[in-house]
Amino acid sequence: MLIIGCGNRQRGDDGAGILVAERLRDLGISAETRSGEAADLIEAWRGADDVIVVDAVVTGAPVGTVQAWDPWQPLPSVRTSASTHGLGVAEAIELAQVLQCLPARLQVYGIEGRRFEPGVKISPEVQRAIEEVARRIVARLNASQQGKSDSFT
Amino acid sequence: MTVHGTRTIRVDTLARVEGEGSLYIKLVGERVADVKLKIYEPPRFFEAFLRGRHFSEVADITARICGICPIAYQMSAIHAIERALGVRIDPRVRLLRRLFYCGEWIESHTLHVYMLHAPDFLGYQDVIAMAADHRAVVEKALRLKKVGNRIVQLLGGREIHPISAAVGGFYKTPTKQQVRDLVADLEWALEASLETVRWTAGLKFPDFEQDYEFVALRHPDEYPFNEGRLVSNRGLDIDAAEYEDHFAELHVKHSNALHSVVRGRGSYLVGPLARFNLNFDKLPEVACQAALDVGLQPPVKNIFRSIVVRAVEIVFACAEALRVIREYDAPAVSRVEVPNRIGVGQAITEAPRGILYHRYALDENGLIVTAKIVPPTSQNQKRIEDDLREYAAQLVAWPLEEATWKCEQAVRSYDPCISCATHFLKLVVERTDAGI
Repeated sequence: MLIIGCGNRQRGDDGAGILVAERLRDLGISAETRSGEAADLIEAWRGADDVIVVDAVVTGAPVGTVQAWDPWQPLPSVRTSASTHGLGVAEAIELAQVLQCLPARLQVYGIEGRRFEPGVKISPEVQRAIEEVARRIVARLNASQQGKSDSFT
Repeated sequence: MTVHGTRTIRVDTLARVEGEGSLYIKLVGERVADVKLKIYEPPRFFEAFLRGRHFSEVADITARICGICPIAYQMSAIHAIERALGVRIDPRVRLLRRLFYCGEWIESHTLHVYMLHAPDFLGYQDVIAMAADHRAVVEKALRLKKVGNRIVQLLGGREIHPISAAVGGFYKTPTKQQVRDLVADLEWALEASLETVRWTAGLKFPDFEQDYEFVALRHPDEYPFNEGRLVSNRGLDIDAAEYEDHFAELHVKHSNALHSVVRGRGSYLVGPLARFNLNFDKLPEVACQAALDVGLQPPVKNIFRSIVVRAVEIVFACAEALRVIREYDAPAVSRVEVPNRIGVGQAITEAPRGILYHRYALDENGLIVTAKIVPPTSQNQKRIEDDLREYAAQLVAWPLEEATWKCEQAVRSYDPCISCATHFLKLVVERTDAGI
């Protein structure tokens, strides 16, 4: 399974995806960090068949809310992350759909952020959400390794 | 057609961009009454954040200012500090830095040409819509961009926020074989970039030429990346250390960014057009010929044609990367040790979207006392406004929606760090009846 955390940790809550990846690495789980730029993401997951992407999102939900969706659900009308230049995770998924290069399994965790200015501290609610997403990914990996059917939580 | 009343072109802000921007143009009758391009995010936080840090941390911190051009920020920072400390680098390290920059230019220019700018010319809302009709083109763009990414990853040490570049060299340099492994990809990329020149040259461009002061680095022997005098087509010819004597940053009420001007003259243009016009004779034969074959030669004064010039610069970056790889031998020492000492150093390098100026003052412990960073987008900001003032005047008779689209396209021609915002902007239209 390929796990990708997106964002920029110098921009407050935008670091959420990166911090989830680092949390997983601390637990001995392999995870990549990326800016979240669409072309880069598509190339990162090209050839992988089971992918998890974590990014900060702005949907209007309470800060720290964790949302999970897969590309076969209608994409929410959100823009992910404050740090990517031009095109982000949502656009990467849409573009990959058009180009028919989506991974067979792809799940996106979005962590609702509030503060994206350079240098601001990460919100406490986002910090808690980072732990939650890391736990959910670990649980999914464990379930997968035990041969149980995965469920999008 | 006579146009009455007041009309406002307003493009509001959206989050998730490297810098947040908005555009406001007020048309009164056939007159352009006001143009305000707002950029909210100068790197002032980073300048403050750097104070008190050791110079060895600067490359890592400045790499995080921009997700698209971290190499540019690293290179300007490292060269400025090396000048402050009197460091001389190994010629093979210098070659590697050119290769590093080639990777960033390929990545950044490909992203802009195909994924951000081309949809404007082809009439699509974005690259996703464009991909449905031009799948092979977008696939080629992804592959081309990945070649740049491979170079950056090899030399930078990881996928984002590269960490290997350092004052004095690199923490780790690649082996000869590792760089040679890039050759097949780069040979393909060179061909793909030549196709890109031809493809972009076939687009339709608005008839819009301006009398710019072009400002770029110029080096006696090569198309510029990291070194050279700063020159212009109006007689400027200075060292980086003289930059602040010749350029001023003005505060403007409507934007947190500072407007850069040439002292005594006003706005100026940095980026691909400036580099191309001032350094055409330094392009390698393959890039020079590619430009001439599509009828592109200096002076190019139409900012919309910057998409073709970017394509020519991708050709240059691929050819230069192949040249460097042919000449490369791993340096015996990847990085010279650099002792702490007091000093002040300035450097200018050519980021994909134009010159990037850094100045650092260091104390006896090698700690940053002051840092100053002038990014290319803030240098072009006044020039963008000046262009829009002229361009909007040509558009007063157009339906507002089309006029707004064309103004956004004009802004994107500069590849500003806000170009992302202008692809997703929500438009607010304000109309006032005639006679007001």
